[in-house]
Amino acid sequence: MPTPALPPQGAPDRSRRWRRVRRAAALPLAALVLSGCTVPGFGASPGDTTSSKSVFHLWQGFSIGAVIVGGITVGLMAWAVVRYRRKGDHIPVQHQYHLPLEVFYTVMPILIVFGLFAATLVVENKETSNPKTNVTINVNAFQWGWQFTYPGSNALVYGQTTQSPVMEMPVNTNVHVNLTSTDVIHGFYVHAFNFSRYALPGVVNQFTFRAENTGTFFGQCTQLCGLYHSLMWFRVKVVSPAQYAQWLATFNNPAAAAAAAAAIKTTNEELASGVASKASYTKFGR
Amino acid sequence: MTDVLDPPVHIEHHGEGHEEHHGPTGILNWLTSTDHKVIGMSYTVTAVIMLVIGGAFAEIIRAQLASPNGTLVSLAQYNELFTMHGSVMIYLFAGPFAFGALANIIVPIQIGAPDMAFPRLNALSYWLYLTGSITMLSGFFVAGGAANFGWVGYAPLSNSLNTPGSGADLWIGGLLLTGFSAIFTGVNLCATIFYLRAPGMTMFRMPIFTWNMLVTAILILLAFPVLTAGLIMLYCDRHFGTHIFSVAGGGVPVLWQHIFWFWGHPEVYILALPFFGMVTEVIAVFSRKPVFGYKGMIFATLSIAALSLGVWAHHMFTTGVVLLPFFSIMSLLIAVPTGIKMFNWIGTMWKGQVWFSTSMLMAVGFLFTFLVGGLTGIYLASPPLDFFTHDTYFVVAHFHSIVMALVLGAMAGLFYWGPKITGYLLNERLGKAQFWFLFLGTQVFTFPLYLLGLYGMPRRVGVYPADPQWKTLNDISTAGAVMIGVSTIIFVVNIVVSWKKYPAGDNPWDAQTLEWFTTSPPPHHNFYRLPQIRSERPTWDYNHPDHRSLHHGEHDVHGVHESEEAPA
Repeated sequence: MPTPALPPQGAPDRSRRWRRVRRAAALPLAALVLSGCTVPGFGASPGDTTSSKSVFHLWQGFSIGAVIVGGITVGLMAWAVVRYRRKGDHIPVQHQYHLPLEVFYTVMPILIVFGLFAATLVVENKETSNPKTNVTINVNAFQWGWQFTYPGSNALVYGQTTQSPVMEMPVNTNVHVNLTSTDVIHGFYVHAFNFSRYALPGVVNQFTFRAENTGTFFGQCTQLCGLYHSLMWFRVKVVSPAQYAQWLATFNNPAAAAAAAAAIKTTNEELASGVASKASYTKFGR
Repeated sequence: MTDVLDPPVHIEHHGEGHEEHHGPTGILNWLTSTDHKVIGMSYTVTAVIMLVIGGAFAEIIRAQLASPNGTLVSLAQYNELFTMHGSVMIYLFAGPFAFGALANIIVPIQIGAPDMAFPRLNALSYWLYLTGSITMLSGFFVAGGAANFGWVGYAPLSNSLNTPGSGADLWIGGLLLTGFSAIFTGVNLCATIFYLRAPGMTMFRMPIFTWNMLVTAILILLAFPVLTAGLIMLYCDRHFGTHIFSVAGGGVPVLWQHIFWFWGHPEVYILALPFFGMVTEVIAVFSRKPVFGYKGMIFATLSIAALSLGVWAHHMFTTGVVLLPFFSIMSLLIAVPTGIKMFNWIGTMWKGQVWFSTSMLMAVGFLFTFLVGGLTGIYLASPPLDFFTHDTYFVVAHFHSIVMALVLGAMAGLFYWGPKITGYLLNERLGKAQFWFLFLGTQVFTFPLYLLGLYGMPRRVGVYPADPQWKTLNDISTAGAVMIGVSTIIFVVNIVVSWKKYPAGDNPWDAQTLEWFTTSPPPHHNFYRLPQIRSERPTWDYNHPDHRSLHHGEHDVHGVHESEEAPA
């Protein structure tokens, strides 16, 4: 039916729609406030370092945003699919543009994105800062294992694949890690620390951990590095500073120093002859 | 309403019987044809075969991971399998299916052109693609096996020291050939869309699919030459003693990642934009409405393309050698135009008459799956969250949500345009069964992978620690992969069962764009007559002169129902 005298529908319609949107948004928000501190982890865990906890909170923030935006979008989709199912042969009104609405769903995501970016910057700056410390560990990745050395001491830990060499470090102390690789690119990943970083040949990547809990944590190479990538495991053992000092001291007698020097020499020779051993691995694998 | 009731324009054909094209038939036609529809069909068949091959690799991978110490394949074979799974799906299926198969067939018809601008170059593209595919896959038949360094081929793992053997060289060669095929198709699409549009088909009257293909073609021209250059450098490192990517000779391994992802991230949109276009057309037609926010949709596509050229290093956050905040904000911003598209799709369905044919079901399945993949992608644009999830199954789950959405989009496109290309419909009942297996299988397959990633399982591992939780999640995911496999079998059965059984007619869906104005399948040079083109929906305008598109604030003078009376 022709209704040419009808005023533009924008204003009243929009406020009604707004109220509906606000009501829909209020529900998850209220649930969130009521649940208080017990914000769910959305599959992630807080981890055991200071940074891993901030990363976890950032994760929670992103997840709450994703659940709200995703919920609204799925709701709109479901409504469109159910409510506007084909009912007959008549042709619907051929509306093509609604500029205010289009501007709204362009501007809103921009605001959300800048919010997420601000939160990202705060956590990122904290995580990538390198505060002063006297505990440093040099991590050297190779096909397919890890070598941990401790500058200023003879301590050396070395192991291949499922030998899972252990990186020992003190709790509640800033531990500086210098990470590099002797051959291809590897990934240094400790799930309990919510952190990974590439071990690049020719580059020393630096970062700092501050573990808040003691314990032994599983680590693994995450960047494909060849045949035994799946088994390139290691452990991180976080102990009290006293235990750490005691452990370091076990390397301090001359015999230990000689053994460490020999081990480094063997390691270097093994790494240098990596080509030959790699070829034999390849044959074995097939 | 005189404007849309103009009689269609008849097209003069030279020679007598213009209904018949006298050329070779059968296999000779297939081998020698430069007709874009024949070449497009060759592309379609080849790409679907690649989809099945890549899918078979995926099923073996999932079977291997069903137990922590899977023994179905060795670790060496496992590395080959996931490398070739990714390579086949991305290089040999998704791209060629989008811009080789459907764009090749549909774009010229959508803009009222008789063929592509350079038909022989088009044929060359196909033959390069076919030979490239065979070259890459032949790696399985050489000593040392196929390429095994992941589909990204990171240096220095991909050099001759760490990956000796000709499988890697065949991978590089195959990729060079298909890369040139893509570049030539890009040139062809640009020229066709810029120069061969029918009278009246202005840029802002082109269907969204054609628009997306134009933007895709421009992205191909910007990105693929970089990959080609990178591959040649890699080949030189392997065989001619250069040290571009090796530390020993003063090279920089990360340079490969920069080159690769400078191609690789635009490539993500080279893959996605065509499928966005397909879904847009399908949703509009099966909602019986114009595309909501048509111009906004185009500007969103253009801004996605522009942003996609400045986000490559978000794949490299954990290298520690890229500027984190810049690539973070650029990546986050891509969510904005993508969100606009999502809401435009919903707006197109809004107050429509949504007809759930198989094609439309696939398109709605695409919307949901793409939403999941898009939202999880936002996490990965944040460097701290990327440090936490990089190279774990979370990333695998994220991009499999995206690519499975693209597979749903591809199926929407096949069910929608298949009748136009072949003249016959597919069985709808089997199509719907296929949809449910594909859609639910995708969710069952990806959701456990998100959790596995958050629980710390890295990608590209053939064996994993015997954690009961990891095993359960892997088993669920494998079940989902089996459901997806079943959906593929249903699809093949459907093609066999419906072979030349259900004649489609010229316009079975009451569609809107120019390709539905001609016969199914279209004649040799596509059109005997063309309607007046006064909007982006010429066929709709011709069939429904009283139901043109309405702008904001405009009112339908007829109300909701059909009316014969129209005010002057």
